[in-house]
Amino acid sequence: MKPFTYERAGSPAEAAAAVARTPDAKFIAGGTNLLDLMKLQIEAPTHLVDVTGLALDRIEPTPDGGLRIGALVRNTALAADERVRTHYGVLTRAIVAGASGQLRNKATTGGNLLQRTRCPYFYDTNQACNKRQPGSGCSALDGVSRQLAVIGASDHCIATYPGDMAVAMRVLDATVETVKADGSTRQIKLGEFHRLPGDAPQQDTVLERGELITAVTLPPPVGGKQIYRKVRDRASYAYALVSVAAIVQPDGSGRVAIGGVAPRPWRVPAADAEMPNGARAVSARLMEGARPTHDNAYKVSLVERTLAAVLDEAKG
Amino acid sequence: MTDQPGNEVTRRGVLAGTAAVALTALPEAGSAASTPAATRQDGPVPAPVLMPVSFEVNGQAVSLTLDTRTSLLDALREHLQLTGTKKGCDHGQCGACTIMLDGQRINACLTLAVMHQGSKITTIEGLGTPDNLHPMQAAFIKHDGYQCGYCTPGQICSAVGMLAEVKANVPSFATSDLSGPIQATDAEIRERMSGNLCRCGAYSNILDALNEVKGELA
Repeated sequence: MKPFTYERAGSPAEAAAAVARTPDAKFIAGGTNLLDLMKLQIEAPTHLVDVTGLALDRIEPTPDGGLRIGALVRNTALAADERVRTHYGVLTRAIVAGASGQLRNKATTGGNLLQRTRCPYFYDTNQACNKRQPGSGCSALDGVSRQLAVIGASDHCIATYPGDMAVAMRVLDATVETVKADGSTRQIKLGEFHRLPGDAPQQDTVLERGELITAVTLPPPVGGKQIYRKVRDRASYAYALVSVAAIVQPDGSGRVAIGGVAPRPWRVPAADAEMPNGARAVSARLMEGARPTHDNAYKVSLVERTLAAVLDEAKG
Repeated sequence: MTDQPGNEVTRRGVLAGTAAVALTALPEAGSAASTPAATRQDGPVPAPVLMPVSFEVNGQAVSLTLDTRTSLLDALREHLQLTGTKKGCDHGQCGACTIMLDGQRINACLTLAVMHQGSKITTIEGLGTPDNLHPMQAAFIKHDGYQCGYCTPGQICSAVGMLAEVKANVPSFATSDLSGPIQATDAEIRERMSGNLCRCGAYSNILDALNEVKGELA
């Protein structure tokens, strides 16, 4: 690990300003992804701004009947929150499908959104990777790509967004709240938060330099059967090959977001409209334009089959 | 720490002596090996940054001045000589470094020591003593919940933290009903302990040990 200086931030705006003014500075909260990457020198910040002392660890009702989740709320606390498990069950289900108990005790809401891909070529510093080292190429394109993206990727990067929590937040129409270095705030719809790689895969999100996530808000509860189904190589503690977050209403209408297949939680409005028509119709819309590799074409059919299982479960 | 043996020959003592000889013979071998060749960059190497930090370990206040890069795990093992907590993968994948931080189980390898000003930390040394074992330690011995023993401190700390989570009704992937009280069934225990690997494969005996004490602790 490269040496770095360290400071504890006094307020969200101070933290944002500190990262913005210091070259190669980064925020640190739970640290479970950042420190992993720093040990491998995939990330090499020269300055860390510790935001864990900020009062961003509460879950509060919003005036419109939704919930505002502070960026520092730990994954365990969020999954266990009575309001979340009762009204946003898909979020609890998605969180507990990810990582391990120890990691969920440390990982935060904001940090989880910012976790980086687990593409094996991103992790292997001997391989070309445009996300890790812009312009170096993408070893995954002709490499072992069975875990990687089938849709939304580019010729520069076929990495997937690895998380579970954000897939549920996507289906719940969550919004990310931030503060910038100049103290101004903004709200970013979760569906617009993670970037598609295009020719700049090194930029995972639309956040500006020094912009700090302060909260994630959920709209008022929408009811329905809320299901998160994750298909993975091990029964526990493994990343998704395909995951499905779905909310299904009694009349068969609903919405769906998919994980493990794209550079961001994948949701297509036209697919939601097909929900009453079954898994094949929904999947066809979701996977429209898919460009699988020689290794991962199975994901396209796995999306349909996982959806079919979810819709079955919703009827039960 | 008061409960450490004083004059006995320990495995660690012997290993530490050997390591010192090796370091004399090969100066800076450690620092060169820690930098992957592919990412080594030209230019001056920035100097390490030292910072003071104070926290409580097993009920005792400690103050250290540490390189900011020091993980909580390395602070415990290398600076406080609390070597019960083990370093396995050092990347949060194996669980050997599991400790309790402010009452919750975490991976000590994936957090910086300097981030824990004022924290209360409990390691395997703080759970029980050889003369007064924690019930979970006793149950692991009774049920032979290990073979080589390397993952055991992490397994035990994780198990204690895990049962507290069940008691607090924290759901898991194995929980079928999110609205009801959660029971520590075999399926729940196996799922909740998936962050602790045992390469000897003592899982079934670990499960037996947890089942013996879960009523007492959960």
